[in-house]
Amino acid sequence: MNAPLASPPSSREDILTTGTSAPAGDAPDVRRHPHTLAAAWIIARKDLAVEVRTRSAFLSAAVFTVLAAAIFFYTWDPTAVPAVDLAPGVVWVIFTFSGMLGLHRSFAGELSDRAIDALLGAPISREGIFLGKALANLIFVLAVQLVAVPAVLLFYNVDIGWTGAAMLAGITVLAAIGLVIVGTLFSAMAVNTRLAELLLPVITLPFLVPVVTAAAQATVVIMNGRPIAGAVAWVRLLAAFDLVFVVACTLAYPFTIER
Amino acid sequence: MLGLPDVPLAVETKGLSRRFGDRWAVAGIDISLAAGECLAIFGPNGAGKTTLLRVLGGLLEPTGGIARVDGMALPGDVDVRARVGFISHYTMLYPALTARENVEFAARLQGLHAPRAAASAALTRLRVLDRADTPVRALSRGLQQRVSIARAFVHSPRIVLLDEPYTGLDALGATALTTALEQLKAAGAALILVTHHLEEGLALATSVAVMHEGRFIRVEPREAVDAAAYANQYRDLVGADG
Repeated sequence: MNAPLASPPSSREDILTTGTSAPAGDAPDVRRHPHTLAAAWIIARKDLAVEVRTRSAFLSAAVFTVLAAAIFFYTWDPTAVPAVDLAPGVVWVIFTFSGMLGLHRSFAGELSDRAIDALLGAPISREGIFLGKALANLIFVLAVQLVAVPAVLLFYNVDIGWTGAAMLAGITVLAAIGLVIVGTLFSAMAVNTRLAELLLPVITLPFLVPVVTAAAQATVVIMNGRPIAGAVAWVRLLAAFDLVFVVACTLAYPFTIER
Repeated sequence: MLGLPDVPLAVETKGLSRRFGDRWAVAGIDISLAAGECLAIFGPNGAGKTTLLRVLGGLLEPTGGIARVDGMALPGDVDVRARVGFISHYTMLYPALTARENVEFAARLQGLHAPRAAASAALTRLRVLDRADTPVRALSRGLQQRVSIARAFVHSPRIVLLDEPYTGLDALGATALTTALEQLKAAGAALILVTHHLEEGLALATSVAVMHEGRFIRVEPREAVDAAAYANQYRDLVGADG
């Protein structure tokens, strides 16, 4: 450690900006650390690329949704409960549990070969990592719902029309944001524990009660063809939940990292 | 060692410590490492070497003492992390992605302007460009390690932390790694190399340290070390653990 400097760099920035370790002829590169949203998009793209290559989580969740819809259908007594009264509950039960299927792998995939160390060592904010994971989970959950919701509507033969479909899509997006934002935070917290896959739904589901309740009540209004005004309060509740938990969970995530 | 008057040391620690529960994994480490130097740290399993690197890499907070990277106190923000490249015996790669995608992902996180070109350059430097489009899970352990090193070098870090980097490398990979490390050193990067392998450490080091139970029990400049006699001296120092 006491050796003299052999060939000191002209300045530290030279090395940072020109990549002088590269062999002669390499093009110089310029750096600007990704801001939080840019980092989130980079991470979300990577997670989705991994999911597209493996397809394991999506296929599992898609098959689960169809099987669950079929089981609910064959245990249903149409003479006792009308389809439009049962279908909203079925939609959101399947939504909740199929959504949970993908959340665990969000951080578990980072642990297999300690890729999380490279992620945490990168010059990006911790909030960017969390939002990237949440964004990838949101796209995953919405893709699964593209299978789940039509499956339930088909099984129960519920016609909600194009307007109803658009409104149901909006409610699904709001509910999915709530589910993934809470689920992603708890996934980060549970991933280092034993029985993480069991623990995740146990700690997440209580927080999802407001989401599922509001989404189901709004869906009842749509499926029964009642005036849309009846769903507004539930949609507001969903939006408020999303707003509060997106901010709270994003700020809380850095505290889940071992320091 | 004296740094340049206006250039802070690349790595500087005083009394750096890290505790897990009641156990001090790192207990009062002093390091002064200037740009272009390499500190090789030898020590048995459980000596605290990996914990020391994780603290210097900003992955763990120190419990006590002071640590600075390029004059910036640890644990630092993104500016500190941008200066560090971390290589471990874990590859830190995504098996489903190709070698190129893994390195390009790292380049994007580093904010490089041309991430694809930077990834290709890093893979070329580690002599693994011909397998760039192969999923990492289909590569041998040695090739995976080379891709991992390319990932860590893609942004030409100022400080490189190496935790048993030669693990799993074949002769070609080891040569490529040594060449890349010498290039980084010549360009002014500071290296901290943790290894069980004395020969590899002594080949690159400008100074060497033996770590045992969280402390440096011997620190000396490389030129003061007799490589032939060092193995026996090391075993005497750390006992059967080494």
